Amino acid sequence: MQAFSDPRAAWLARLGDATLILGHRLSEWLSRAPTLEEDIAMANLSLDLIGQTRAFYTHACELEGGESDETTLAYRRAEPDYRSPLIVEQPNGNFADTMARHLIFSAYALPLYEKLAGSNDAETAGIATRSSREMAYHLRHAGEWMIRLGDGTAESHDKAQAALDDLWAYVPELFEADDLDRDVAASGFGVDPSTLRENFAAAIGDVLAQATLKKPAERRGQRGGRSGRHSEHLGHVLAQMQFLQRAYPEARW
Amino acid sequence: MTEAATPLWEVFIRPRNGLAHRHVGSLHAHDAKMALQAARDVYTRRGETLSIWVVPSSAIVASDPSEKDMMFEPTASKIYRHPTFYEVPDEVGHM
Repeated sequence: MQAFSDPRAAWLARLGDATLILGHRLSEWLSRAPTLEEDIAMANLSLDLIGQTRAFYTHACELEGGESDETTLAYRRAEPDYRSPLIVEQPNGNFADTMARHLIFSAYALPLYEKLAGSNDAETAGIATRSSREMAYHLRHAGEWMIRLGDGTAESHDKAQAALDDLWAYVPELFEADDLDRDVAASGFGVDPSTLRENFAAAIGDVLAQATLKKPAERRGQRGGRSGRHSEHLGHVLAQMQFLQRAYPEARW
Repeated sequence: MTEAATPLWEVFIRPRNGLAHRHVGSLHAHDAKMALQAARDVYTRRGETLSIWVVPSSAIVASDPSEKDMMFEPTASKIYRHPTFYEVPDEVGHM
């Protein structure tokens, strides 16, 4: 897979990379969630994200032209080709780790999609509008769980706080704009993520206050995923996710 | 992990077609808000929902199955209470 020549396609594919990897991570909970109700809920969240991925990838391929399609992007690329932020590939850990990760991601993705709904590209705006409705529920779902874990027992509070503290190192990367971000934002197609910090802080602050959890101290943070430099975890995700297409190319079901 | 004390809730769904809320099942949740969320996730996955009610199962007062002869049997023989002797015009729709 070669790099994209159209910056709009590269930028949309990057959004798709984030939702694909997070969607796969959530799917790892299936049959293992703490309750039957939450098992189904996490399957729904996972499918929302994979649906968003398909829309982002498909439209990226339309803009780019050429041979690639959603299957190529999802299943036939190597680690450095994925431009997802590091937070989405972090392991599920315990339930609080997964909900903290999801709270952070959805508090970032909701304002991103809401702004992207004003894109000068009608198809992109449509995808963003649909996806923002889904993401509003993701934020609610993860937020309500974090409130109950934080304001629950001493043990659940400690686990929720530890989850936030661990994952906070991956927050700065979400809001750092690179040349591609600035390029697509300047043309009216995309969104500069550095403009989303206040929305994120407001959404997180609201949940943490109700959850009696402390906002972790600002850190320099871990970064690299959005330029293709990943932690050791992504390779394992891809190995499992891509196995079928790699072993049986063109397999259909 | 999941304590036996997690309350049980009954779920009622109103579909888009204007019918009344209908009982669709039950679920476990710690409080009303989470019950509503779980109901949304478990029972409305295939669309067509306009409204959800969740009710604590403990709030439902049920008839005693051992009293069914007294409670329900006497009505079975009173066919004149059934509105089957009337023609309902199509325009009326659901009754």
